[in-house]
Amino acid sequence: MSSTSPSDAALAPGAKDTPAPGTPGRSSGLSINVRQSGIYIAFALIVVLFTILTDGALLQPQNISNIIVQNSYILILSIGMILIIIAGHIDLSVGSVVAVTGAIAAVLMVNYGVPWPLALLITLIAGALIGAWQGYWIAYFGIPAFIVTLAGMLLFRALTLTVLGNQGIGPFPDAVRTLSNGFTDGYFGNIGLGPLGGADLFSILLGIVAVAGMAIAQWRTRAARMGYRQAVDSLPMFLLKIVLAAAVILFVIVQLARFKNLPWVLVLLAALVLGYSLVTNRAVFGRRIYAIGGNLQAALLSGIKVKSVIFWIFVNMGVLSAIAGIIFAGRLNQAGPTAGNSFELDAIAAAFIGGAAVQGGVGKVVGAVTGGLIMGVINNGMSLIGSPSERVMLVKGAVLLAAVAFDVWTKRRAASASR
Amino acid sequence: MTDDILRMRGITKTFPGVKALQDVNLSVRRGEIHAICGENGAGKSTLMKVLSGVYPHGSYEGEISFDGEPCRFADIRDSEHRGIVIIHQELALCPQLSIAENIFLGNEQATRGLIDWNRTNAEASELLSRVGLHENPVTTISDIGVGKQQLVEIAKALAKKVRLLILDEPTAALNDEDSEHLLDLLRGLRDEGITCVIISHKLNEVMAIADSITILRDGRSIESLDMATDEVTEDRIISGMVGRALENRFPPHEPQIGEEALRIENWTVHSPTQRGREVVSDVNLTLRKGEIVGLAGLMGAGRTELAMSVFGRTYGTNISGRLFKEGRPIEARTVREAISNGIAYATEDRKRYGLNLIEDIKRNVSAAALSKLARRGWVNDNEEYRVADEYRASMNIKAPSVSSVTGKLSGGNQQKVVLAKWIFTDADVLILDEPTRGIDVGAKYEIYTIINRLADSGKAILVISSELPELLGLCDRIYALSAGRITGEVQRSDATQERIMQYMTKGLD
Repeated sequence: MSSTSPSDAALAPGAKDTPAPGTPGRSSGLSINVRQSGIYIAFALIVVLFTILTDGALLQPQNISNIIVQNSYILILSIGMILIIIAGHIDLSVGSVVAVTGAIAAVLMVNYGVPWPLALLITLIAGALIGAWQGYWIAYFGIPAFIVTLAGMLLFRALTLTVLGNQGIGPFPDAVRTLSNGFTDGYFGNIGLGPLGGADLFSILLGIVAVAGMAIAQWRTRAARMGYRQAVDSLPMFLLKIVLAAAVILFVIVQLARFKNLPWVLVLLAALVLGYSLVTNRAVFGRRIYAIGGNLQAALLSGIKVKSVIFWIFVNMGVLSAIAGIIFAGRLNQAGPTAGNSFELDAIAAAFIGGAAVQGGVGKVVGAVTGGLIMGVINNGMSLIGSPSERVMLVKGAVLLAAVAFDVWTKRRAASASR
Repeated sequence: MTDDILRMRGITKTFPGVKALQDVNLSVRRGEIHAICGENGAGKSTLMKVLSGVYPHGSYEGEISFDGEPCRFADIRDSEHRGIVIIHQELALCPQLSIAENIFLGNEQATRGLIDWNRTNAEASELLSRVGLHENPVTTISDIGVGKQQLVEIAKALAKKVRLLILDEPTAALNDEDSEHLLDLLRGLRDEGITCVIISHKLNEVMAIADSITILRDGRSIESLDMATDEVTEDRIISGMVGRALENRFPPHEPQIGEEALRIENWTVHSPTQRGREVVSDVNLTLRKGEIVGLAGLMGAGRTELAMSVFGRTYGTNISGRLFKEGRPIEARTVREAISNGIAYATEDRKRYGLNLIEDIKRNVSAAALSKLARRGWVNDNEEYRVADEYRASMNIKAPSVSSVTGKLSGGNQQKVVLAKWIFTDADVLILDEPTRGIDVGAKYEIYTIINRLADSGKAILVISSELPELLGLCDRIYALSAGRITGEVQRSDATQERIMQYMTKGLD
């Protein structure tokens, strides 16, 4: 809800799989904040459930890699979406923006032969401009985001069709495809892991560096808090959390190293999660978003530039949509007229499953990404056991409803407990 | 034996971890006005919720009998059926519906499922005349003032054939005139045989209207007083409420008044909704360092409007006039400019405009001056914790830690958080709008102490208050505002309630 813990950011590399439970530092005892850690426990249970149902196929190296790559664009969108939802708004246009930015990238690279780095830059700027367009109407003109982005959903889909001339455009240059679909090179060769076979040394070293970095950051945070005489987790609890997080990260990394090394999108995603967690927890800008979503009037009377903050989170959503658009198009090796259909719904669902509150003011980047992964694992797991798509949809709908119902229920319980 | 319409015996209500009510007894005689007094958190509202069935039978211990019959209400409908109607502090009216529709909300005058509008409006008119409200029943609720809305609530209760009317802080949002009218109405209802239970913080009001009083403290019933036989004074009630005799309701204070801090010259503000209407007219006002200045005025006099227009033009259009800070002209066109010029405004409605209730104490304290805790856009949250914790200690904010959510604090502690937030902006001029509204007596004293301390540290303070005794007890100098104009200025030594009231009503037709 209101965690200040920079630990979330430090935990971020674990976001690609179960991050360690809860946020350290809030409570001195063993009390577990159900609302905050419930999502991670739920995710762990879902992973365990599908691991059993699929006889372990879910956690096979190739499948883990697939889950990450297949869901990367939704996860990226959910990062932007959670910021907007925390501020008390919504964005229904992201699917169409994914389509139109993918189309712009394709036309630039394929039809006009623009070099790929320049084309990507132009695409990102286009995404920012789209976000600025919507942000202007919402923040400065005062039209509800629901309406502006509903209009945007139609506008940018129309623009996609115009840009593409109603047909798919491809193929993309190798560099773009590598970013979307490819893996890091085995720079240092392989090492043997006994019964597990060979694995990429570079990936494993990177994983170890990430774990060590996380542990050191957490330790320093804890030490700093103790220096300020704040309540922190007891040492065994702290170590337990670190070891759990480290185990999860290393497990995923080793599995990936045994397959084709690290997907580039995972590297990108880890960087985004880390960066945005820091922004939401520690940056003045991030704090403003929570303040606005928590009580708009109080934020205005506290001198917070509400309009500018709202404007920029929509610009940010535009840029993240452009990144997702490039990755999605690169993955299909084609920008198509129907790209990104209903992505907005997946991103919104991810944010709410991940603990965002309907009224705004509450939510976390890591939560939204976990919410996205929950849906990803359900999708993947159910298709592994051969469930028809209607059943997958049914389960996803039920999970979304259950997550929000749980949130409302815990809030009501908390309210009645405090009289 | 007295003829009691209501008896509550041994009521105990526990919430997880808290005993909200413990063995509370309450007897209300038929046809009396019975006041319930107690500090915030004493259990007044909880007791009324038990009585009205908000907390159903079985969720509490103890016996309730109404009219000699035992009651086991499952919900509010049950209790309303018996003629017990509660009117909450926050009015439960639909602003977009008409008066008549609101009166019969949930109790529609219908034949075979179709609403009979003629009957609805005719009966509404009749009820309105009973409560002395001369409005057309088809008028929309949002078009009438709070005072009249309160009367609509009472008409609504009458429509339900009320026999025991419970009013929770009915006059909290009303000006003196509307309050007086409401109290008269309650006396009239009493004479018609309707029993009233009134919860109020305003002790003068309780003294004026109640036939008997029950005092609650910390979830227990302390004593019941009969106004006719017991010798009841405000001090007696207060000592029952706080469990100690308050020597004085205001802490002693020797002002150290210095240089001029803020001067407002020829300040005129127009209404943002009604074209051409001046809400504040040609106001001149001076605040000095170390001085606590009061701003008195009836509701609608333009007090809050004046304050908010000065604070970054957060109210009003077409604002003219000049501001001087320590003699130098300044601009405060936005909240940020106002804050950077050392002006702070603590709102009268802390829940709606002052606090982010879902956030914790420390983030509320830092909200208006977060840049002080940040370097290159990054917040040092350990410093934030330390700063907030210092305020928690120095202002005696009662909370387990500064990571506690503000929405769960009591009104007095929430107000302290609001004050801490504005003190942390390093403001030299603090405008405090109704700083003790809805706060119990003990916490009020603490807030007054904080205000005195701020003045002693050289801050200039403007206190806006509807309670004249508060202004008289706290302020060194008082301005009276009437219909947007300053109609008088009184030094503490010459100030009397009568004199200020005269100024406050000057120029009103």
